[in-house]
Amino acid sequence: MSGILLQIDGRQVEAEEGMTLLEAARKEGIHIPTLCHHDKLEPYGACRICIVEVEDRGRTKLVVSCVYPVEEGLIVRTRSEKIDRIRKMILELLLAHAPDAFGLQDLAREYGADRNRFEKEASFCIHCGLCVRYCAEVKKKHAVGFVDRGIRREICFVPEVAAKECWDCKECFPLCPTEALQAAFVLVEAFTGKKT
Amino acid sequence: MDTEKIDRIIGKHDSEASSLIQVLLEIQSEYHWLPKEALERVSERLQVPLARIMHIATFYKAFSLVPKGRHEIHICMGTACHVRGAPRVLDAVQDLTGIKPGETDLDLKFSLETVNCLGCCALGPVVEIDGKTHGKMSPSDTAEVLKNYD
Amino acid sequence: MPRINSPAELEAFREGLLSQRDPNKPCITLCSGSACHASGSAEVGARIEEEVRKQGLSDEVIIRKTGCHGFCERGPIVVIHPEGICYFQVKAEDVPDIISRTIKEKQIVDRLLYEDPDTSEKIIYESEIPFYKNQERLVFGSNGNIDPKSIDDYLAIGGYAALARALEWGPEKVVEEIKKSNLRGRGGGGFPAGRKWEGSRNAPEEIKYVIVNADEGDPGAYMDRSLLEGNPHAILEGLTIGAWAIGSHEGYIYVRQEYPLAVENITIAIEKAEEYGLLGKNILGSGFDFTVKVHRGAGAFVCGESTALMTALEGRAGEPRPKYIRSNIKGLWGKPSVLNNVETWANVPLIINKGADWFTQFGTERSKGTKIFSLVGKITNTGLVEVPMGMTLRDIIYKIGGGIPGGKRFKAVQTGGPSGGCLPEELLDLQVGFDELTQAGSMMGSGGMIVMDEDTCMVDVARYFLDFLTDESCGKCVPCREGMRQMLKILTNITQGKGKEGDIQLLEELAEVTSEASLCALGKSAPNPLLSTLRHFREEYEAHIKEKRCPALSCKELIAYYIDPEKCKACMICLRKCPADAIEGGKKLIHVIDQEKCTKCGTCFESCPPRFSAVRKISGEPVPPPIPEEQRTIAGKSKEK
Repeated sequence: MSGILLQIDGRQVEAEEGMTLLEAARKEGIHIPTLCHHDKLEPYGACRICIVEVEDRGRTKLVVSCVYPVEEGLIVRTRSEKIDRIRKMILELLLAHAPDAFGLQDLAREYGADRNRFEKEASFCIHCGLCVRYCAEVKKKHAVGFVDRGIRREICFVPEVAAKECWDCKECFPLCPTEALQAAFVLVEAFTGKKT
Repeated sequence: MDTEKIDRIIGKHDSEASSLIQVLLEIQSEYHWLPKEALERVSERLQVPLARIMHIATFYKAFSLVPKGRHEIHICMGTACHVRGAPRVLDAVQDLTGIKPGETDLDLKFSLETVNCLGCCALGPVVEIDGKTHGKMSPSDTAEVLKNYD
Repeated sequence: MPRINSPAELEAFREGLLSQRDPNKPCITLCSGSACHASGSAEVGARIEEEVRKQGLSDEVIIRKTGCHGFCERGPIVVIHPEGICYFQVKAEDVPDIISRTIKEKQIVDRLLYEDPDTSEKIIYESEIPFYKNQERLVFGSNGNIDPKSIDDYLAIGGYAALARALEWGPEKVVEEIKKSNLRGRGGGGFPAGRKWEGSRNAPEEIKYVIVNADEGDPGAYMDRSLLEGNPHAILEGLTIGAWAIGSHEGYIYVRQEYPLAVENITIAIEKAEEYGLLGKNILGSGFDFTVKVHRGAGAFVCGESTALMTALEGRAGEPRPKYIRSNIKGLWGKPSVLNNVETWANVPLIINKGADWFTQFGTERSKGTKIFSLVGKITNTGLVEVPMGMTLRDIIYKIGGGIPGGKRFKAVQTGGPSGGCLPEELLDLQVGFDELTQAGSMMGSGGMIVMDEDTCMVDVARYFLDFLTDESCGKCVPCREGMRQMLKILTNITQGKGKEGDIQLLEELAEVTSEASLCALGKSAPNPLLSTLRHFREEYEAHIKEKRCPALSCKELIAYYIDPEKCKACMICLRKCPADAIEGGKKLIHVIDQEKCTKCGTCFESCPPRFSAVRKISGEPVPPPIPEEQRTIAGKSKEK
């Protein structure tokens, strides 16, 4: 007996032990937006856009569906005023760095996100981490990683590794929701030895 | 750079990948920075990707990827020190040394860092130079104190 | 070194120790904690040893270098036992007097005594000084009686009796007692320790961990430092009891590398405890094995968050993990891990020794026991204070803290570090407790209590904490990294006079998203200082935005320094001290500040003699133009100098 019964957007859903809310929703054809999620990679929980409301024993809380495990009797809502407000702002915060990113445009339209809400600070990277995680978990090369922390955090190619591995690979490029601008840009810099 | 020294430090921590931060702390303490060759050696011996080491070396404030000056000035910017005027002490030190936090002067004499609370809150504003704590500092005191370092 | 193989042997050893110690023998204790060390206690210590030797008293006097006593502003502190005579701000030159007059002749050295600021009365005994008298130093009090590097000192005051008792009780009874005591985490979360331990105890795993969180990162808080430096065995004993209770055989102590003395003392304590059979294999002959490793932090506030700390212990960058499965079930290396704060662990031996019933007599309904606060900032008696939960903020700040120095008015007290909030004067009668502080819009946090006066700008306080957090955030999730980035920008603009209509509303919207959607507690609580200052000091925000005025006269870009020509006596002090050479004038020539050159360092303001008080700060209005040169000469012979 493996079926875990829960409710998503008013629908009864049967899920398996160990599934996340996102997986359970997708199985039912219920759409939850994601940016940092990828089926081949471990869930990351960084973009927060897959956030949903969960009611458990009378208490409501906000959780990210890509990581939260299914539980018997949960009541899940994938849309609400609060959720929509949060998603809108997350998009606006990201648009400040990558206003023309193709991976953001549809979502921005759906949630009414204003690309001009915040002053632009061109970095193009939205920190979805897809490139870093793909290279680490799938290719196992670790040619690109995150450096620093807080508002100074950014992605960085490791020149020695990138020089050996990247020209023949570049599998991370199509994963980048901002059209690989950052990836290519940084890669070139790595070869000219400008970055550490 | 002494490969043997690096290997000794790694060996002290049973060459375990989880001791990575402890190993780097010792290397930083020994050389006053983390030379690239040292990091490559650590990566090899501990079987840890260089990308992870770079993340750690830049994530934690104790590490420096560039050589530091002979004297490390740490200015505490904790709340208690802030409330007692630490920003003005920082301004004074910046003016006197000509460098900003994170920088080292051209003679490699002084390196300046701000730190978020040294735990000497009763003596704020606190300035630590080469591990020696100077309490109750004022902007006018800083010139006097810095004069003692060459 | 004897290995102690049973609780009976432990008591026999203790009795042996005590029989060799004469409680009436003069004992000079010198506080050698980090703060007193910075104030020069090492020199005082060396001098004491020299004088005692010189005066032939080496056999008659005990010298003990202890950990922090708590009254840190008045260090170096010397207490003479058995009388309890307390001397403050002792310098090396004072030592000969102390030895010859107090030790030999039993006379008091008046000038070194505490002086009551209101009555000018001198107080001799430590126990009578208001700062100490009004505290309840259950945990911290031992610091003054032991040399942290000596295990014998700890044994002499009853150390490790709790461990022996815990081993005899068995794990379940220990967990029950801790649950009964209602001990709540002292690091900030306030989670019931007993429940945390029970969860791990019941987890069906062979390997479990216990962890001490000594990554005290809240700026302004340093009680964990002083506890770990001053009484490391108390934490070690508590940790061992906890390990026994949940079935763990491996413990970690995560200490900030900024605390080298704490690292040193806990390392020595571990070695000594292992020598004595109180740690390591077959503890006290019980068959229970437990080892402890010290792991140094590398400069990251976020590693104080429990999941980030565990990630750092695994040798990674300290990025927090979602807590949907609690770490007492799946923590370090995916195993059940009980992580508690230094002060929490230090309370454990106390509870086991004296019982949960004794412990629960202190405190309020839902916050039992005592709490050590670091009372710092604009306060007369700066230092570490331990009070029962339920004492009011007013009593702490005024009865123990001695109120605000310099005749200034109290404005706010900030508790809970960057996750906490500011409480105004109206809330001074609030009783300190976990839930009480949270309901008022702040939180207990690790115990930092920063007092602010009329010269503190509350908008700047909010900006300061966001500046801190944008640097310390791990940067992984959008609401924290990007939300705080924007909040900091807006607040910086406001403090620089660039605030605009709509800023406050945008700040509130950003605060909502950051607090609701962030991955960890750092992000979720980041808006607290902002929200609490908006709640209690909204007028200050509005003044900055609408009038470009800083009511506290603090924000550099919004103030100007001005020398009042009516009050200036041309003494030249400020002129000489000005680092920017921005003051014109001379002897008997009224001084004028050149606003273009002025860097707003405030040196002139601080150095103008109080009897003139000619320098003032102006905000929100134009600086009066300089008076014409002809009018600047001070007429006649000036009698005042």
